[in-house]
Amino acid sequence: MSWLEKIMPSQIRTESAGKKAVPEGLWTKCKDCGAVLYRAELDRSMRVCPKCASHQPVAPRERMKLFLDEMELVEITGGLEPRDPLKFRDSKKYRDRISQAQKATSEKEAVLGVEGTLKGMPVVVCAMDFRFMGGSMGSVVGEGFVRCVNTAVSRGLPMIAFVSSGGARMQEGLLSLLQMGKTSAALTRLADAGLPYIPVLTHPTTGGVAASFAMLGDVCVAEPGALIGFAGPRVIEQTVQEKLPEGFQRSEFLLEHGAVDLIVDRRELRDRIHNILAILRHVKPAEPDASRPSAANSPAG
Amino acid sequence: MQKKKLDYLDFEQPIAELAQKIEELRFVADGSEVDLNEEIERLEVKSRNLTEDIFAKLGSWQVVQLARHPQRPYTLDYIDALFTDFEELHGDRHYGDDPAIVGGLARLDGHSVMVIGHQKGRDTKEKVYRNFGMPRPEGYRKALRLMQLAERFNLPVITLIDTPGAYPGIGAEERNQSEAIARNLFEMARLKTPIICTVIGEGGSGGALAVGVGDHIAMLQYSVYSVISPEGCASILWKSADKAKDAAEAMKMTSASLQELGLIDEIIPEPLGGAHRDYAAVTRTLKDSLSLTLSRLSAMSSDELVAQRYDRWMRYGDYKTS
Repeated sequence: MSWLEKIMPSQIRTESAGKKAVPEGLWTKCKDCGAVLYRAELDRSMRVCPKCASHQPVAPRERMKLFLDEMELVEITGGLEPRDPLKFRDSKKYRDRISQAQKATSEKEAVLGVEGTLKGMPVVVCAMDFRFMGGSMGSVVGEGFVRCVNTAVSRGLPMIAFVSSGGARMQEGLLSLLQMGKTSAALTRLADAGLPYIPVLTHPTTGGVAASFAMLGDVCVAEPGALIGFAGPRVIEQTVQEKLPEGFQRSEFLLEHGAVDLIVDRRELRDRIHNILAILRHVKPAEPDASRPSAANSPAG
Repeated sequence: MQKKKLDYLDFEQPIAELAQKIEELRFVADGSEVDLNEEIERLEVKSRNLTEDIFAKLGSWQVVQLARHPQRPYTLDYIDALFTDFEELHGDRHYGDDPAIVGGLARLDGHSVMVIGHQKGRDTKEKVYRNFGMPRPEGYRKALRLMQLAERFNLPVITLIDTPGAYPGIGAEERNQSEAIARNLFEMARLKTPIICTVIGEGGSGGALAVGVGDHIAMLQYSVYSVISPEGCASILWKSADKAKDAAEAMKMTSASLQELGLIDEIIPEPLGGAHRDYAAVTRTLKDSLSLTLSRLSAMSSDELVAQRYDRWMRYGDYKTS
């Protein structure tokens, strides 16, 4: 605290004054262009900034609402909860980190899997929660993903995974590394059954999750501007001691280098993924959504 | 193959001092009429007891140091000593040949096999050439190509794991190392031939796992296997790489801890003081272990093998269900 702050009466300190001036949650700021946005408007545009089209993070339950048809969803990953097999402790106990994340998100873990319909087509969808310990993959995320694959196989459905993760969960040690093998092995069954798998890489997709089920799609989709890569940019910069190229490890960079099939604006994901699945599965095309927002009628899209 | 002069680690200093004393006595004894043999023998027993004492209670960080010992046998040392008729095969057929992963056709006890492993360098020049055993995407893709070649000709695959981890470089990302690693995990899970994986030194994260999905996972006694290096873990969770020792302990990355957690199948014992003290001894033990596993797995049909491998990988996980 500076001397100026110390002598100022606490009521007029700017940090607290700024917060009180605006009712909470009505306005929000775009993390990329800094535009002040009316929250309801941002929600209407699927949390894509109406000014600069930057894609803001979306939690799994909201993602399901945005992506799937409106109906009751059947949860596949319910009842899975993390344990602490290593009794891991760094500056904080793993147990405490878990309960903190559970409180903050009202979720049990960083993965949600459901069965629902996409423009009438039954599908299995798995989504990761970056708010929950950086969407890191421990035993529960691994098992949750496998349950989604197994449901897709037994019901004969395509699978879509919304990926968002910093990588493996260090607090579970080698077990978290082995989840990479587990999730990848599960996908061999989906492939054997001739069922399509489409991962959608969202910001950010890195580490052990990038190097397993995120990169094993029959068709690999990315949202615009997402950071996607195995090693983090800071580690790379420190290792190679040179400046990273412009846009390095962003979706557009990956597309240019042949690492993803296509980049799709979030507001078009329903139509485009349905179209891809419909062609792969030899079914008739669907009508475009009328009531949902699309990138086409937004100036920045 | 093995240098005469041993490098001692910091925690081995008492052993080093004794060894020094023994050497001095030998030197004196050589040129004198006094019989020092008895004294030398006494010190040698003492040295062995001291080594046994120190090695009986190694901390995780000390095991990490042993796993990274500059004189530890590397993949090509084992290939030389264990296998016959080795033909090294190169390249991923797309971009290049990665010297950080070596592989090729060989025989083990006369049986045809494919052997693949990470390779570190011994001197500075070779270290750079081998990129310190950190593979680039070409390495994983070469490994996969060789494994699929093995599958076509019914050769079991033997992998030796010894890497600090995947190389965090610009080119490695441009050539999509995530996909290269992921593809190996996927294809190894369904490869229709036995895969035997042994961690011989450092099992570092995705770079290790990329040749680590198999039917049997063994570790040499003083090797380590972890999701991230202790230094990496410390700098993320403790915000300081100096806490690597604490991170090594917390991650339970030694063979003993991992066996206790039920994550590996076998610990292959090392000679007293570590593999680098006696190449011949560790080679014999490793060979016995590989032969035994190989004959067990070779008796199974490929369908049985793949189904069993699948079940084994599905079992990895520790979680609650309600």
